[in-house]
Amino acid sequence: MHPDDFEFVARLLKDRSGLVLTRDKGYLVENRLMPLVRQRRMKGINDVIAGLRAGEASLTDSVVDAMMAKDTAFFRDWKPFEHFRTVVLPNLIAQRGTKKTFRVLCAGVSTGQEAYSLAIIMREYGRALAGWKAEIVGVDISAASIATAQLALYSQFDVQRGLPIRLLLKHFKKRDESWSLNGDIQGMVGFMRWNLMDDLFPLGRFDVILCRNVLVYNDLQTKFNVLQKLARVAADDGVLYVGRNEPLTGVSSSFKVVNPDLGVYTVTRAEKATTRSLADAT
Amino acid sequence: MKKCLIVDDSRIIRRVASKIFHELGFEPEEAENGKKALDASRIRMPDVAVVDWDMPVMDGLKFLEGLRKLPGGENAIVIFCTAENEVPKIQEALDAGANEYIMKPFDSEIVRSKLTILGAID
Repeated sequence: MHPDDFEFVARLLKDRSGLVLTRDKGYLVENRLMPLVRQRRMKGINDVIAGLRAGEASLTDSVVDAMMAKDTAFFRDWKPFEHFRTVVLPNLIAQRGTKKTFRVLCAGVSTGQEAYSLAIIMREYGRALAGWKAEIVGVDISAASIATAQLALYSQFDVQRGLPIRLLLKHFKKRDESWSLNGDIQGMVGFMRWNLMDDLFPLGRFDVILCRNVLVYNDLQTKFNVLQKLARVAADDGVLYVGRNEPLTGVSSSFKVVNPDLGVYTVTRAEKATTRSLADAT
Repeated sequence: MKKCLIVDDSRIIRRVASKIFHELGFEPEEAENGKKALDASRIRMPDVAVVDWDMPVMDGLKFLEGLRKLPGGENAIVIFCTAENEVPKIQEALDAGANEYIMKPFDSEIVRSKLTILGAID
């Protein structure tokens, strides 16, 4: 790939998604865009670049989509989900008992596994959540990922990464060599295409936010901006989960750490310093 | 170091699984059927046993049944690892006392996540 073309693509990706590509990632661009070349019956990467330079909107969306990392798993890393089940969920039940409602945002939800993991936890929680309205919203910049999440049909590999076998048998149906999530769990999660660099206010307020392993490929300024937006839509006692290898120290003062090993943070609001966080262990 | 017993009649599968478990901090030991695995378990009870279903001499279910009767055998983590991927078969293994189930083919990420779920690794 010509250096000028790489610079052009890198700038476009940075502007559209916040993704930062260093000069040594030319191979990554070519690897991820080749399926697009075949799908659109183009002659090569140069046709993609030409289309991008001509401002073709659908092609630009497809390129951004193709370049996004989509790696995810059910109950990814396990322990943060145990933290949600054993600490945050009981706190939600105790502290939201009057309205019996809470909302969870999965920011950068990819193909839906983490959002559905939370839904499974809630379904498994049983009678304590009977009568509650618990809403899970999953957003991602990738239209293809959102479509996959909505379909809720996963490969044998997908369902074995992180999902305990008993939960697989209980909440999925085998369809040929794939596994389809049961409708009751699917119905607990709503997905929509959304760019985290855009205003998040239209999504409403959230008690719990997952943004795990999403900002790792962004520069400091983009991370700061997205975290500011997430803080603004978080409840005063809200919880933020990030990846365990993406500490927010020195990145954003909007959140303060609760458990660094699990990537658990809570909202920092000076005026609400006495507010008990949903992430605090009882 | 925790011991992992890999029970499979395929030498290739045993080698692949041994490499994965070694990288995850286990001391892998291999057995080509359930009977040899039971003999090995009598000498030193494994912390984790990864067991194929169909094997000559003694299959995985018989091994599981025998293992649970050995002193300390009730605490061993048994993961079935087999090409059987139909729901009734999976349920049968769980009903017989298997702790987890892996459908072949598998990779290190699947093994890692299963061991994390079971609390066998951090």
